[in-house]
Amino acid sequence: MTRYLLRRVGQSVVVLFGVSVAVFSIIHLVPGDPVRLALGTRFDQRTYDALVARAGLDDPVLVQYVNWLGNALTGDLGVSFRSGRPVTELILERLPATLSLAFGAIVVALLIAVPLGLVSALRPRSAVDYVATFVSQAGISIPDFWLAIVAILVFSLTLGWLPSSGYVGLTEDPVEWARHLVLPAVVVGTVSGAVLTRFVRSSALEALGEDYTRTARAKGLPRRVVIGRHVLRNALVPVVTVTGIQLAYLLSGVVIVEVVFAWQGLGQLALQAVETRDYPLLQGAVLLFAVFFLVVNLVVDLLYAVVDPRISR
Amino acid sequence: MAAEPVLAVDDLRVTIATRRGPARVVNGVSWAVAPGETLAVVGESGSGKSVSVLSLLGLVPRPPATVTGRATFQGQDLVALPEEALRKVRGPGIAMVFQDPMTSLNPVLTVGRQLTEGMEVHLGLDRRAATERAAELLDLVGIPSPRERLASYPHHLSGGMRQRVMIAVALSCEPAVLIADEATTALDVTIQAQIVELIAELQRELGMAVVWITHDLGVVAGIADRVAVMYAGRIVEEGAVDDLYADPRHPYTRGLLASLPVLGDRARGGEGRHPADLAVIPGLPPDPVHLPPGCPFHPRCPVRADERCATEEPPLRPVPGARGPAPHRVATFYDLPPEDRR
Repeated sequence: MTRYLLRRVGQSVVVLFGVSVAVFSIIHLVPGDPVRLALGTRFDQRTYDALVARAGLDDPVLVQYVNWLGNALTGDLGVSFRSGRPVTELILERLPATLSLAFGAIVVALLIAVPLGLVSALRPRSAVDYVATFVSQAGISIPDFWLAIVAILVFSLTLGWLPSSGYVGLTEDPVEWARHLVLPAVVVGTVSGAVLTRFVRSSALEALGEDYTRTARAKGLPRRVVIGRHVLRNALVPVVTVTGIQLAYLLSGVVIVEVVFAWQGLGQLALQAVETRDYPLLQGAVLLFAVFFLVVNLVVDLLYAVVDPRISR
Repeated sequence: MAAEPVLAVDDLRVTIATRRGPARVVNGVSWAVAPGETLAVVGESGSGKSVSVLSLLGLVPRPPATVTGRATFQGQDLVALPEEALRKVRGPGIAMVFQDPMTSLNPVLTVGRQLTEGMEVHLGLDRRAATERAAELLDLVGIPSPRERLASYPHHLSGGMRQRVMIAVALSCEPAVLIADEATTALDVTIQAQIVELIAELQRELGMAVVWITHDLGVVAGIADRVAVMYAGRIVEEGAVDDLYADPRHPYTRGLLASLPVLGDRARGGEGRHPADLAVIPGLPPDPVHLPPGCPFHPRCPVRADERCATEEPPLRPVPGARGPAPHRVATFYDLPPEDRR
């Protein structure tokens, strides 16, 4: 297990290095002059030269990369062109909102997908199965921003149960944090849950047909034990992977839903960075998203070894 | 058989609804097995032998299957028993060992857990007592260092070891009847012999009835008391193992026996059969959706000595000279002359 862990961490470091090169190169290949853009109409050559020199943009690209990487490793992602504040600070500011939304949405997704997928696998081609299939098809097809707008319309504007937008920190006011989180988490979680339902259904259906399930029944175990201990545990093995991919995707920001709910998350931050050619900020955000994917994948792989003992060797 | 049967199956029929129409998989099968006795049910794949025993335990989903007939076990009719009552029979009443030990154990649970869960449910043991007994059971089925093995996962074990675990699982609640459904088919030949011997030994110790389901007459020759040969969901011949092997009366049984390789060197006057001499029964078993009229074997039958073969179903009747409460019986309209086996 320890060797497996070390090997996976080692692989992640290599991938991360590759990602840093890719991120750096792509952003430098994109046309557009960030300093010119930052100055806008107040352009004058001396300020321009000074800014370029201060940002190190006149250094050779390789030197720029090494400097950036060295700083990044010590937690310094540079200074945002736009706001003049450290990128790390900007990102850390947004992190709680994004983490809240991503994990909230995944919880909602699993709460939808596991029961719904399992029930439809237990009664394939029944009314329940058809309804579940329809619901998950709808969840996949309906655009999330539309769902978001409808949710706001119904639950905050008409019924007045929940706030329509904004994020409140967990440490500031836990109750308000939860109230603000419900709508965006449900909207995002419904879409992810719809995808996951399909996976739960098909892998539960597969596990139900396996010989070990027949063995469990032949032992005379009560149905709930057969389903819970034998079918579900095996069915969740592939679901763990898909959940991980969904989570990584949510952590890198669900831009449109963030905009609709005025949710100050990383997605919006990255979007602003693109719009303003804020290189340091954009680099930092993209690098962080890559780290999210790697960390989530690593956790998924380790979790995999926990749920499926055949993996860890 | 002298003793009162512990499990008696009477006119069991299983029909499975398919898209092509109803498949008549088991068509009126009757047999009985007494404590300490071994019955072998022999037939090709698709002869309905597995389905017939699985249906007794409610392990064939209904629907699409419908099951009729009677199966008397400890005064209860298993066919009519509701699921919850039947569940309590599975394990402590009738236990099963399945064909493929590679897939029949749950890959994500430890061997110990798979052994203890049945005992917790049926015997009311707590985890500690069940674990204690699980180690004893592994020892009983010949697994070395049983206590350490409890923490193993199935993938740590070889095929033969896994089948021993399966047997330990089946024995854990001290069943009155053990059904071994092709329990050696997936194993190496040397391991097969060990497993067959192990079950025979445990049977002598524990006095349970054993039903062997197999396609391999050779596997059961040494251990069975009685043999029932199935074809297309029917028993075509049955009798004490010695009678049936010495004097097979049904063309199908003769075909099965002729297709067995026999060890020995014929060139030196031994009784061996050269592989090239192995007989093959031409054709395939009939499609259970479209069973032929008459005897189900007649399209492949080399004898067909009676015109009724193609129109009427031959009943199972005692062979001439057969005696006793469970005589040698065969489902033919005619009596074949004794076989010339060299």
